[in-house]
Amino acid sequence: MKGTYLGEFEEVVLLAVAIRAGDAYGAAIVSEIEQQMGRAVNLGAVHSALNRLQEKGLVTSQMGGVTQERGGRRKRLYSVTGAGRRALEEIRVLRNQMWDAIPKAAWS
Amino acid sequence: MNTPSTPNRPQYPTAPRWATRLLHWFCAPHLVEEMEGDLHELFCQRVELVGLRQAQWRYVRDVFSLMRPFIIKRQPNGPAYREYPHPNHTDMLQNYLKIAWRGLIKHKAYSFINIGGLAVGMAVAMLIGLWMYDELTYNRYFQNYNRIAKVMQRGTAEGIVFNGGYMPLPLGNELRTAYAGDFKHVVMSSWTGEHILAYGNEKFTKTGNYLSPEAPEMLTLKMLSGTRAGLHDPASILLSQSVAQALFGTTDPVGKIVKLDNKLNVKVTGVYEDFPVNTEFRDMKFMAPWALYVSSEEWVKRAQDNAEWNNNSWQILAQLAPNADFDAVSAKIKDLRVKHVPETAYMKPEFYLQPMSRWHLYTGWDKAGNVDGRIQYVWLFGIIGVFVLLLACINFMNLSTARSEKRAKEVGIRKSVGSVRSQLIGQFFSESILVAGLAFIISLLLVAIALPFFNEVADKQLDILWTNPVFWLSGLVFSLLTGLIAGSYPALYLSSFQAVKVLKGTFRVGRLASLPRQVLVVVQFAVSVTLIIGTLIVFRQIQHAKNRPIGYDRNGLITVAMNTPELYQQYNVLRGELLQTGAVVEMSTSSAPATNLNSNNGGFDWEGKDPNFKDSFGTIAVTHDFGKTVGWQFVEGRDFSRAFATDSSGMVLNQTAVKYMGLKDPVGKIVTWRGRPFRVVGVVKDMVMKSPFEPTYQTVFMLDYGWANVINIKLNPTLSASESLAKIKAIFNRFNPGSPFDYKFTDQEYALKFAAEERIGTLASGFAILAVFISCLGLFGLASFVAEQRTKEIGIRKVLGATVFNLWQMLSKDFVVLVFIAFGIATPVAWYLLSGWLQKYEYHTEISWWIFAVTGAGALLITVLTVSFQSIKAALMNPVKSLRSE
Repeated sequence: MKGTYLGEFEEVVLLAVAIRAGDAYGAAIVSEIEQQMGRAVNLGAVHSALNRLQEKGLVTSQMGGVTQERGGRRKRLYSVTGAGRRALEEIRVLRNQMWDAIPKAAWS
Repeated sequence: MNTPSTPNRPQYPTAPRWATRLLHWFCAPHLVEEMEGDLHELFCQRVELVGLRQAQWRYVRDVFSLMRPFIIKRQPNGPAYREYPHPNHTDMLQNYLKIAWRGLIKHKAYSFINIGGLAVGMAVAMLIGLWMYDELTYNRYFQNYNRIAKVMQRGTAEGIVFNGGYMPLPLGNELRTAYAGDFKHVVMSSWTGEHILAYGNEKFTKTGNYLSPEAPEMLTLKMLSGTRAGLHDPASILLSQSVAQALFGTTDPVGKIVKLDNKLNVKVTGVYEDFPVNTEFRDMKFMAPWALYVSSEEWVKRAQDNAEWNNNSWQILAQLAPNADFDAVSAKIKDLRVKHVPETAYMKPEFYLQPMSRWHLYTGWDKAGNVDGRIQYVWLFGIIGVFVLLLACINFMNLSTARSEKRAKEVGIRKSVGSVRSQLIGQFFSESILVAGLAFIISLLLVAIALPFFNEVADKQLDILWTNPVFWLSGLVFSLLTGLIAGSYPALYLSSFQAVKVLKGTFRVGRLASLPRQVLVVVQFAVSVTLIIGTLIVFRQIQHAKNRPIGYDRNGLITVAMNTPELYQQYNVLRGELLQTGAVVEMSTSSAPATNLNSNNGGFDWEGKDPNFKDSFGTIAVTHDFGKTVGWQFVEGRDFSRAFATDSSGMVLNQTAVKYMGLKDPVGKIVTWRGRPFRVVGVVKDMVMKSPFEPTYQTVFMLDYGWANVINIKLNPTLSASESLAKIKAIFNRFNPGSPFDYKFTDQEYALKFAAEERIGTLASGFAILAVFISCLGLFGLASFVAEQRTKEIGIRKVLGATVFNLWQMLSKDFVVLVFIAFGIATPVAWYLLSGWLQKYEYHTEISWWIFAVTGAGALLITVLTVSFQSIKAALMNPVKSLRSE
């Protein structure tokens, strides 16, 4: 398993997987990110990030069943693992710590 | 939000189909469905959000953004993707190649020796193959290759069979009329000779022939302009492309008037593509009509008008009629000479047709009349090529078998993991084929690099036959074959090991296992030693002939052709002016240059001659100053002199002629020729005028100012040659303005007589060096292998007190014995082959014992040096290291 360092885009993708819990697949994540962040995202970049996250063990995936949508093509559904959740939480704690450490005087 | 596109909505908007196709092309099959689904879904969403055009644009961008390694990469057999691995054949092959590659990388020195040696061997074989191909396709350029013949005659004189292509002129007419049904074309031809071609201020000496007008049709000239029928006009000429370019540059030559030999005006009626180098007529740079030859040369006209059947001075080429065959026609025409010239019956002369397919390789006979042509060299080099290749293959097998024994453990593990025997066989075969393939690629590179040098040495214009499927096929078949043969030992033998024994360590290589390897080394060295001895003797033979006294002084001697009427008319003035410049010490004319005795005649009569004796002499016409020009040496009598008016019918003989005639006291004797008495004034030492490998021919020198073909000039030794030549050139240009000033140095002409032998010597030495190199590589590899196998033994011996010298001796001894055996085999073989070769030369060196001694010592030295590198390294090793493991 590769290092568990999370890049900025990987963090965003991981969060999107968590948001769309149960129905997180490539296209859905793209539209989620585009909606939330208001920026255009390449499908390739998202898949690449998903692939890396899976290699790091932060998400798992399995093929979904056949649906009527997308011309009957199956989709790969991703879900956040325990390790993924911990990684997100760690980042959040770290950020909060740093927020707390900012002296009031900094904003004046 | 989850279902952005309603399923029942008609799907009008479509994504760019080419992008979809692109995706299918690069995307791994197991990911296509998922990716295409995502793309499709996003596209439908975007059509509604941002419009069709924008959505299509984004679709294309997404496809391109998916071009990533993990998407392109085909599905591995990992557990993450499938529940059970499904290895297939390609997986195993992949593994074999990987192991083979790792093996090569790990043992870099072995790999280098193995692949390099094989590549060199293949390259040599390829070069020789190309050369043989060139020789065997000689003259194939001509479309009527299978129907063209040269008329030749054979006969026996003084017990020696001769064959020749010199034909009498009336024979052509006879064949054309009396045998019209057998021939499609009968072409008279002069011999290819130098002539001056001039147009405006451009003038060149070019070689060409006078030919009957059917010749272009028979030789299927590729006309670039004009017509093949051009020679029907008696004042015409056909030029080759190269000559046309030289004379006319870019302007169209057809219809222009060219001056031939400064006396004949001829019209260019066509330009043909130059004949390729590997054809008989490569030097035929222009063709002039036969009719012009007859009308302009007095002696040819005479021969035609008087039907001189006894004047054999021309060539006759013929193309057979479609229904005729060579042997049948030969049988019909064979007695024509006796019929027309009955007095030649004692020679049993026979005319026959020599088919074009035999011109190049089968023209050449020994004294008994057996074919002794170039085909011998084709065979010789073919055999050398096979041997060099064999050496390389032997090496290759030798090393692979030696190496493979180290892999017994691998075999054991593979077997216990579940390999069956056929898989192991496949593994070892794929490995050796991989290496052979690599060697083939490298050898192609080597050939490409070596070809320019090879072409120069071999006087060829060879090219790699990149476009010839046969070439590639034979290369591939050969690599495959080498791979299979070399791989056969490990594949068939090692795969039979019992895994238990090998892994337990009780497996032992039998005592006889090294025997085949030793035999291989012996064969290799025997071949190398034979080649070395051969090379040495070829060079000795050349040196032997070069050291032969030639009877005249060729230093600073040049010859200039007498090619225009002006030179004959103003000869004496020219001579006076040239002597005056101081650049010329002496000058004379003669019927032939000193390096070329080109005229033989019979019919001489002298006191005491046996009336039945059919004599034949080399005949040379000279002028008074010839002797001083070439510096011949008198053993009896004196040189021609202007002081004696009677010398105008004087004659000088060479020593061989005196012996040949059986004269006791030749000076002052009268010799009659063609009814004219000559008085012998002197006898000169034999001059080597023909081949330096043959005995000197009996030759007579007569005084005749009219029969002159060349001017001999002795340059002033105190001036530099270039200085003298500049002065001479100025005068020649004044007296002979219609001709370019072309001269030949006699010593260079003389050196050309050795060209064929030197070519053989250079090629043979090249091959010998390569053979030795390949053998040494093999020996080196084997020695290192042996040293490695005996590491433990060496360690124990050292611990027990063996010195480095002892160990070196022990390790080297085996190889020295092998080389001795090889030498014992090579000596008689080389002696047999080379004494046969030397027999061909009448003037030849002896095979002396020291050549064998030197070669043997050299081979031994090379062996010891090669082996010592490894054995000393092994002997110096610290025993602690070699004994520590286990």
